[in-house]
Amino acid sequence: MSSVFTKSTARNIFYGGSLFFFLVFLGLTMDTMGKLPERDHRENITPQVALGKKVWEDNNCIGCHTLLGEGAYFAPELGNVYKRFGESKEAITAFIKSRPAEGVPGRRSMPQFNLSDEELDAIAEFLKWSSEINTANWPPNIQG
Amino acid sequence: MKYQSQSVAKLYFIAAIALFVAQILFGLIMGLQYVMGDFLFPEIPFNVARMVHTNTLIVWLLFGFMGSAYYLVPEESETELYSPKLAVILFWVFLGAAGATVAAYLLVNYSTLAAATGNELLPTMGREFLEQPTITKIGIVVVVLGFLFNIGMTMLKGRKTTINLVLMLGLVLLAVFFLFSFYNPENLVLDKFFWWWVVHLWVEGVWELILGALLAFVLIKVTGVDREVIEKWLYMIIAMAFITGILGTGHHFYFIGAPEYWQTIGSIFSAMEPIPFFMMTLFAFNMVNRRRRDHPNKAAVLWALGTGVMAFLGAGVWGFLHTLAPVNFYTHGTQITAAHGHMAFYGAYVMIVITMISYTMPLMRGRAACNSAASQVMEMWSFWLMTVSMVFITLFLTAAGIVQVWLQRYNDAPQAFMVVQEQLAIFYWMRELAGVIFLLGLVLYIASFFIKGEEATA
Repeated sequence: MSSVFTKSTARNIFYGGSLFFFLVFLGLTMDTMGKLPERDHRENITPQVALGKKVWEDNNCIGCHTLLGEGAYFAPELGNVYKRFGESKEAITAFIKSRPAEGVPGRRSMPQFNLSDEELDAIAEFLKWSSEINTANWPPNIQG
Repeated sequence: MKYQSQSVAKLYFIAAIALFVAQILFGLIMGLQYVMGDFLFPEIPFNVARMVHTNTLIVWLLFGFMGSAYYLVPEESETELYSPKLAVILFWVFLGAAGATVAAYLLVNYSTLAAATGNELLPTMGREFLEQPTITKIGIVVVVLGFLFNIGMTMLKGRKTTINLVLMLGLVLLAVFFLFSFYNPENLVLDKFFWWWVVHLWVEGVWELILGALLAFVLIKVTGVDREVIEKWLYMIIAMAFITGILGTGHHFYFIGAPEYWQTIGSIFSAMEPIPFFMMTLFAFNMVNRRRRDHPNKAAVLWALGTGVMAFLGAGVWGFLHTLAPVNFYTHGTQITAAHGHMAFYGAYVMIVITMISYTMPLMRGRAACNSAASQVMEMWSFWLMTVSMVFITLFLTAAGIVQVWLQRYNDAPQAFMVVQEQLAIFYWMRELAGVIFLLGLVLYIASFFIKGEEATA
């Protein structure tokens, strides 16, 4: 048995298997790219939503929060925060604005990022757009 | 050590260990912030500490991989390194870039850093694990290209071996997939989809080639088992890694906007991802059992066996725990993920780098084969302290995760995130205690380098 199954057999399985499955992966990726527009509603990505994503990134929000379940696990999921906050962009911007600069004694608190009104509105729009992505009904409930 | 130029690896390993210490210290800060929310606030908020914790991990593992390659490639090629000088220059460039980036994380507001480094020109920052300023990312690419050139030229002029080839393939693919970190579209779903081409295809893909090649190298050295046997194992392991791991990427596409068929594909293939890791366990133990010599570096053998076991537990078993789509629906983005991440990174990549350091460092420091018995005993204590405490960190986070899922997700009356977090405090405290033990193990590990004495014999 071991004389039949040689190192070159193993090598061929590696190269053949890897190539085959990578091509399948590429094919599925192509298919996904075709199907994404109706799931991510990219027609709603306004310049304001794009700016919101930039604000999200430039302040490293992912360092504490999850967004669609990915990120850090220190602070609440934000993919559905728009819905959790009663579909109110004002509630989101008011929360971000109200964070005390020196924190809350003994508790976790979001830093005060001193965002401009334009940035605040943009982040709220970005989170609203995010909440409308078709995520296969995730998260399981409104608490995220 | 057969070739003088291999010793350039020492620099890389020392930097790796130094950054490892920084990583653990910031891990302890974050662990404390989980239960004392205002600890170091607002000077070092959690997101900053986490960037330092994860980025130093990635960078020190890269230092470890590069150091390992600088040692391994000349020995396998049976020739001196193409350019030791280039290796030293790139070392200082990489260390300078890493140090400056970490310093900037700690000293400057992240948004100020983004503005100062021109993030609006080519926005790549602010995404998990890819927080580095774009200029740092470009620096990483330059260093890695120079490194690949150096070891590639070394391989070309010397003996071609399977281990060299697999290691090179892994390192080249590491560089290729890192390029996706420069793709950051305005569409969050596309961003996330291709972000995984870096993150998943690294740690559950091409890094396994590097891991396999390094493990195979050390096993040949410490067991004396026939190269043909070891290389056949290596090919089978990496074949299974890619056959399961490439489509296994699908387990990240369940709930980020991608079509539902990824739930089926991702579940099936990622459920098989433990196979290559289990093969690594069998590989390590089989080779050591069939050894033709008793290598006097007992500590290196212990780390090699430990890698086999812990990679399987952390990456394999703890990955499987939450990889099936119906399970992941409830566990996605909870402490279960954190538990898996800790043991997988430690078991697979931290331990293989330490295995390499453990085997090569005595040789680079002028010994015939190994350190003194006293030094090895202390190193083995550090092995057990770090490994067992990591098991406990993982168990406590898993417990926290299960309770979190129960209260927040799998419940008719789900509770709010922060309400749930407060009920998890006991697990976080125990995790922090285990983290302190881990640090103790790390201190012993470093101390073991300074213990002198007669070289141990087999």
